[in-house]
Amino acid sequence: MKWIITVLLTALLSFALCLFLPWWSIAIAAFLVALLIPLRPWKSFLSGFVALLLLWGGGAAWISVENNHLLAGKISELILNNNNPIVLILITACIGAVVGGFASLSGSLLRYSVHKP
Amino acid sequence: MRILFTILSAAITVMLCYTLNTNTLLPAPLGKLLAPQQGVWQNAEPVDVNFNEQIKLKGLQGAVEVQFNERLVPHIFAEYENDAYFVQGYLHAKFRLWQMDFQTLAAAGRISEIVGEKALPHDREFRRLGMVYAAEKTLEVMEADPVLKAQCDAYTAGVNARIEELTESSLPLEYKLIGYYPERWSNLKTALFLKYMSYDLAARENDFELTNALSYFGREDYRLLFPLHQDSLDPIVPGMFNNDSALKVMAPVSYDTLTPQETLVQVYDKPAPETGSNNWVIAPSKSTTGGPILCNDPHLGLNLPSLWYEIQITTPEFSTYGVSFPGSPAVIIGFNDSIAWGVTNGGRDVRDYYTIEFKDETKNEYLFNGEYLKTSFRYERIRIKDKPDYIDTVPYTVHGPVMYEASHQPRGQGDRAWAVRWTAHDPGKELKTFNLLNRAKNYDDFSEAVQYMQTPGQNFVFASRSGNIGIKTQGKWPAKWKEQGDFLMPGKDSTFMWKGFIPDALTPAQFNPERGFVSSGNQKPADSTYPYYLGMDYPLTRGRIINRMLNEITLAGVEDMKKMQTDNYNIFAEMAMPILMKYIQPQELTAEMQTYYQKLKEWDMRNEPDAEGMTIFELVWEAMNAVVYDDEYKDAPKVVARPFNTTLLEALLKDSAYKFIDNIETRRHETLEEIATEAFRKAYPKIAEADAGERLAWSKFKDTRVMHLARLEPFSRLHLPIGGGKHIINATTTTHGPSWRMIVSMGPQIEAYGVFPGGQQGNPGSRFYDWSVDSWVKGEYHPLKIINRSTERDPSIRWTMHFKPE
Repeated sequence: MKWIITVLLTALLSFALCLFLPWWSIAIAAFLVALLIPLRPWKSFLSGFVALLLLWGGGAAWISVENNHLLAGKISELILNNNNPIVLILITACIGAVVGGFASLSGSLLRYSVHKP
Repeated sequence: MRILFTILSAAITVMLCYTLNTNTLLPAPLGKLLAPQQGVWQNAEPVDVNFNEQIKLKGLQGAVEVQFNERLVPHIFAEYENDAYFVQGYLHAKFRLWQMDFQTLAAAGRISEIVGEKALPHDREFRRLGMVYAAEKTLEVMEADPVLKAQCDAYTAGVNARIEELTESSLPLEYKLIGYYPERWSNLKTALFLKYMSYDLAARENDFELTNALSYFGREDYRLLFPLHQDSLDPIVPGMFNNDSALKVMAPVSYDTLTPQETLVQVYDKPAPETGSNNWVIAPSKSTTGGPILCNDPHLGLNLPSLWYEIQITTPEFSTYGVSFPGSPAVIIGFNDSIAWGVTNGGRDVRDYYTIEFKDETKNEYLFNGEYLKTSFRYERIRIKDKPDYIDTVPYTVHGPVMYEASHQPRGQGDRAWAVRWTAHDPGKELKTFNLLNRAKNYDDFSEAVQYMQTPGQNFVFASRSGNIGIKTQGKWPAKWKEQGDFLMPGKDSTFMWKGFIPDALTPAQFNPERGFVSSGNQKPADSTYPYYLGMDYPLTRGRIINRMLNEITLAGVEDMKKMQTDNYNIFAEMAMPILMKYIQPQELTAEMQTYYQKLKEWDMRNEPDAEGMTIFELVWEAMNAVVYDDEYKDAPKVVARPFNTTLLEALLKDSAYKFIDNIETRRHETLEEIATEAFRKAYPKIAEADAGERLAWSKFKDTRVMHLARLEPFSRLHLPIGGGKHIINATTTTHGPSWRMIVSMGPQIEAYGVFPGGQQGNPGSRFYDWSVDSWVKGEYHPLKIINRSTERDPSIRWTMHFKPE
């Protein structure tokens, strides 16, 4: 339950910060949430990873469906030399996830080094 | 231990963010680009996007309503005229900002700022041509005119109002991909954009190439390769001219004895030779609609986002509809409720070069009429991405800027320098032409408006609802003596300078001519009786076929005009095929070759998309040119003019023993039969290759494309199945063609149609980006309608924007 709340909170804070700050504020969001909610480091990594995987993957997929995958097709052709919107959505999700995961891990590790459980 | 892991993990997070935010390690800042809330995903426009909006902007005087139709064409209704230009600027920036910004950077020679050192040759070429110098001078006279100043100020304010609204996420896609930000708009940028059109349309000459041709071949052969007159010419304005009022211009006495020396300058950028256009108007006597019908299709580079932006502007004084240039206020080609107008390029040589002799290496002084004059210098600072600035010191002379000298040529030519004299350097109020045309009511208003058009000179056609038609070949044309400016001229002798400009009374023009139509297809404006030298290189063919078709018309309507404007008949082939069929000896071809010979023979001389005969014809005629001329050109300088498009054809029609038929590398004297057969054999491998690659059908072989301005293929439309080509009314080549097709019937009811190969949106992530490309390919048109605000909401309207002053 705590893990799911962490995931939701990370996603929510990431979304909110990105309304005003550059994209890398997702790292701040994941870091802060992990610092606040105690979870074992590997669980914490997973929470940040999953939160951003869902937020970025879901966000990109939503936008792309609304757009009939027109832009995603063109951008994937530009970046991957292959018209494949799904792969572009997956890449987007993974980039967010990796950053979110490591940021959460850092927050969790910092909490553990300051207060030993 | 935990501290160490914490530091390590934090370091990885920071490194990830840094790497994904820059292109130090990755080819692109992937995190920044793909972030769904800021990056390129934000440019994916929902297919059911809603453009309804209430917008409050500082700088507006009153309320403005904009109604958009299903193609996203705005109909602007403004209470104050200048508010209409404010909103035009806002909409141009909302839908086309990247393109207008990019094109003005290109015009100003500033591409190195965004792409780095590889653009330096382009930037230097444009700076040294004096593009910025010319725009600054033009801006001065534009701003001295209170009407134009107000118009430009309002437009600029509108563009900037939109730029100020932009956020990281609403930035146009190309800025995100290339990684830079838009700059504020200014009236200078509008002037630069207009100079860019001058470059595209009025910078065409081949003075270096012709100079080399003359010095290599000598006078006699030169004249045969580059004849002064075209036999099959059907000029824009036929008939004799009254030359009494002509300003007398005579060649300097020293001219005949002067042999131009060979030059080796390599010219980097040249405007594409395929730019051209068609326009014509049929009088009410030939029309079924009760009024004249005006048709226009300017042939320009086919790009996305499109050069054109369709628009209706309604002010308390006038209502006008047509296409505008993102980058400039006003409607450029279109109609209002009284008149319609259209343009084709004048295409005369208005750019000449003068050899400059500097006193010494400082270039502080140069020789002119036996004295040394002081050079002035303009320092062009070119910023280069990731590199120190480059300062180009450009000497300016009485003739103009020194465009080419040792520092700006791939192969240094020691101390030789050439200054460029170009009419676009002279300040002009070209924008005034369009300001006045938008509100013009009759032929007098039209004539007054077009007088402001200096460069690029255009053939303006006119039609009015009162039933009048006309054409004026308007521009600032230097009054030249025979051959003046065909070659490089000595800069030290003032007798070689332009002596003045052709007076407006001698501008070839027609008003309600007896033949019941006016037309132009970039051919020579007048025949050899015209008192001034008009140059040699004009396309003959489109003008001829247009005039033939118009002469044959007894009564025609809008549908007939659509058919004519998209017609694929090849008049060049009509003249050339009899030569090929008479002289090629099929019995001397192999069996495989004969199959293709048969296809060529059976071809109906129409450049339809599936025509295989056209591909064969194209390759055989290309080989014919090579077989006839290659031996003579074998040792010619690299930068040298080849005979113009129709020269070989006209020579062979006149003389089957044309001097250059003989191969000078053999002892024998070749006949036209041998040469023509040889050409077919020479073309055969290419024909067979095309056939093997399933590219023998003309549209596959030609492979028309509409390229994105930054040459990004996924944002382009490639392999379009369209016919046409050079010499064809449907002048669609690989990269150029009818950039806007318009037909306007000015009858009791105005009926207008148009289409351009693009869409209203510049955003590649929008379905409006290439909305009309397929219709354009198929030769289909959209109705163009001036909407009246007071009537019921027109059924074509989908969205409305309400602008109010803040």
